[in-house]
Amino acid sequence: MKTGAALLETSAPRGGIATAAVCAHCGSSLADGAERFCCGGCAAAYRLIEDLGLNRYYDGRHLDPQMRLPRPVSEPIPNIAEFAGAGGDGTRVLHLMVDGLHCAACVWLIENVLARQPEVSEARVNLTSRRLRLAWRGDAQAGLRLVELVQRLGYRVMPYDPQRLAGQMADEERRLLRALAVAGFAAANVMLLSIAIWAGIDGGMGQATRDLLHWVSALIALPAVAYAGQPFFRSAWRALRHGRTNMDVPISVGVTLATAMSLFETINSGRQAYFESAVMLLFFLLIGRYLDLRARGRARSAAEQLVGLMAQPATVIDADGATRRMPAASVAVGDTLLVAAGERITADGRIAQGQSSIDKSMIDGESMPADVAPGSMVFAGMVNLAAPLRIVVTATGERTFLAEIARLMESAEQGRARLVVLADRIARLYAPAVHLLAILTFVAWAFLGPWQAALLNAVAVLIITCPCALGLAVPAVQVIASGRLMRRGILLKSATALERLAAVDTVAFDKTGTLTLNRIELRRDPGIPPAALRLASGLAAASRHPLSESLRRACPEAPPLAGVAEHPGAGLAANTPDGQVRLGSRAFCAVTEAGDDGLPELWLAQPNSAPRRFVFSVSMRPDAAAVVSWLRRNGTRVLLLSGDRPAVVADFAREVGIAEWHAALGPGEKCAALAALAAEGRKVLMVGDGLNDAPALSAAFVSMSPASAADVSQTAADVVFQGQSLGAVSETLMVARQSARLVHENLAFAIGYNALAVPLAMLGQVTPLLAAAAMSSSSLVVVGNALRLSWRRQ
Amino acid sequence: MNGLLLLIPIALALGFAGLACFLWALRSGQFDDLDGAAGRILFDDPPPNAAPPPPPSSRRLP
Repeated sequence: MKTGAALLETSAPRGGIATAAVCAHCGSSLADGAERFCCGGCAAAYRLIEDLGLNRYYDGRHLDPQMRLPRPVSEPIPNIAEFAGAGGDGTRVLHLMVDGLHCAACVWLIENVLARQPEVSEARVNLTSRRLRLAWRGDAQAGLRLVELVQRLGYRVMPYDPQRLAGQMADEERRLLRALAVAGFAAANVMLLSIAIWAGIDGGMGQATRDLLHWVSALIALPAVAYAGQPFFRSAWRALRHGRTNMDVPISVGVTLATAMSLFETINSGRQAYFESAVMLLFFLLIGRYLDLRARGRARSAAEQLVGLMAQPATVIDADGATRRMPAASVAVGDTLLVAAGERITADGRIAQGQSSIDKSMIDGESMPADVAPGSMVFAGMVNLAAPLRIVVTATGERTFLAEIARLMESAEQGRARLVVLADRIARLYAPAVHLLAILTFVAWAFLGPWQAALLNAVAVLIITCPCALGLAVPAVQVIASGRLMRRGILLKSATALERLAAVDTVAFDKTGTLTLNRIELRRDPGIPPAALRLASGLAAASRHPLSESLRRACPEAPPLAGVAEHPGAGLAANTPDGQVRLGSRAFCAVTEAGDDGLPELWLAQPNSAPRRFVFSVSMRPDAAAVVSWLRRNGTRVLLLSGDRPAVVADFAREVGIAEWHAALGPGEKCAALAALAAEGRKVLMVGDGLNDAPALSAAFVSMSPASAADVSQTAADVVFQGQSLGAVSETLMVARQSARLVHENLAFAIGYNALAVPLAMLGQVTPLLAAAAMSSSSLVVVGNALRLSWRRQ
Repeated sequence: MNGLLLLIPIALALGFAGLACFLWALRSGQFDDLDGAAGRILFDDPPPNAAPPPPPSSRRLP
């Protein structure tokens, strides 16, 4: 999709030559008047790299505009002492997730910067999993300095426990890869011997030679099948024990029977040995299975990474006034938390001290910050905006608002567990049909001749129908589709997401954070004289309130005023030679004028002049309107479900082009709205980001959430997308629909192939040569068809 | 026939050698970071801590 987003996206330089418009370190566009660097952090990072003689980094790198740019942010250094383990010979080892790796140059930079520190004994970045393994000599303090060094380069890091995260997945992947290697070795060697047998079938080869070759094949194939077939046998056994069938049941039966019968034939010096078919089948299917696992594993580890990086530690104030950082999970009821301005609140509690503004958008979708004072209740997930707060924790664990959300999610998810993957639905019909045909064949041939020949033909039916093409038809398409989406920063977390996405006919959006960015913009008003704007911006420079920050963005060149006092929850004031200047709420600036329309506003009060009003609006994602109109053009019903006030939602819905909207919905009501749609037979895609959306994300037929979402929402969503562009939604739907078409083509082909092959097998016309040729060619056709997905226009 | 008795074991031994090499590579972690390894070759990195970092100006890369 080509939309306006591309124009608004930060244009990153290829190579490191700083042009006039972008920052020499992080590549973000520069404000007017700034020279070379966008901020002090970037300048410091550039100097650090230059001093270490690693300037080549800027020549070799390729910044990906879709990703977070390497702009250093001041962040609390994560608590690493807890994660640092002991390595060999007195070193300490720390595993870190790294955010902001763009290319191999970033890997080179991090490794070399760390390698030049004398205490570092090993620093290795894995670009695939975006993890850094750091080993050093010394104490935790030395490690802290190293971690800080990486942060100063512009990468965000987060320690993790390698035992807990993704260890199981990696084991599974290695087991499959080993099975794949064994199957590949066996397939190649058995095939070599089989070709010799086929070549000598019409004459030449004596029976002794053929028997020898069969015995050697058996020697290779039997252990290989026993080892490489295990993933299928295990899964088939699990399904059978629960009284179900899946695709692995016919595969297991076919492979086992083919091997057993080939062994029987070999012992009896017969001609019908199907060793190569059995092993080739395993080999092809293992390829599909491995690719599938790998694609999903990568998406999941990327999602885990996002969640891990968002998790913030809590700062607890002890009775003696000392502060400790600890994981949010280990905070107890009655503890006092210190939440600095700009930090996310990590537990439910009551404010003990401090006045500030709170961004509640994650909880209820309200886009405007709310003012809080001692006594107000706050919930985990809210962001403290203006001034430090002390909070007494009132609930943890099961009693929190978060746990309530989790309960809603669980009950919503149960409906979805009944969904069966398309391939398994087919297997449910397919397996009994094939087994019935085999029995029919056996019975018919047993009437006509000896039972050995009848058995032979029955097994041939099982082998030729062995669902090689069927087993590959779905995974091959899924792997290619998820790879294509991954390159766009769209992560498919669930195996069935693609299938469900293809069926979507209704899209429900959340407003705040989903259709909008979490950013407030000043509305340009020609009635405001530039001098007033400059003065307001100079005042606003002293505050971190979002309204102040957006005012500052609108006029960054104004010199900050000195001596500004912040009155939390009210505004800013400064004394100038002419008198006091105030910037803040209506009441703070003593405005008597009526006409509060509910829009976010700031007032500027100057001596000897009427107060001026600045109005703000929430900025939409740059391509939100384009995506909505694309969806409508393609016959999709579009809804807006928001927790915000009706007036704001109505205004916004008109702007973005959505006719159907619901406002002031709580988490449970969003679920109810989705349930009502589902009752109408609608297949709903829910796109949302807030904590309040998490139950709805679980309840919807399929769900997406941006990478900026609350971690609970990301866990609940089937698909997570990165970047500012909402085009990810249309892109995902497009790819899902294309792949659904390809899957159906593949399935149709596989069924057509069976319709041809089964009668041949029932008539006893299938030879080992024919079986092997048919099986391989059908697999190749299916995979080739799936590959068309990656050739289409990106 | 006699040739076969010699050649089949040789072929199998070669196949086994390949399989063993692959399993060894897998065990030693060579398949853990396929993307990084592809890019790594483009940068020549000085051996870590081989020498104390020289004064920056003399080591600046072209």
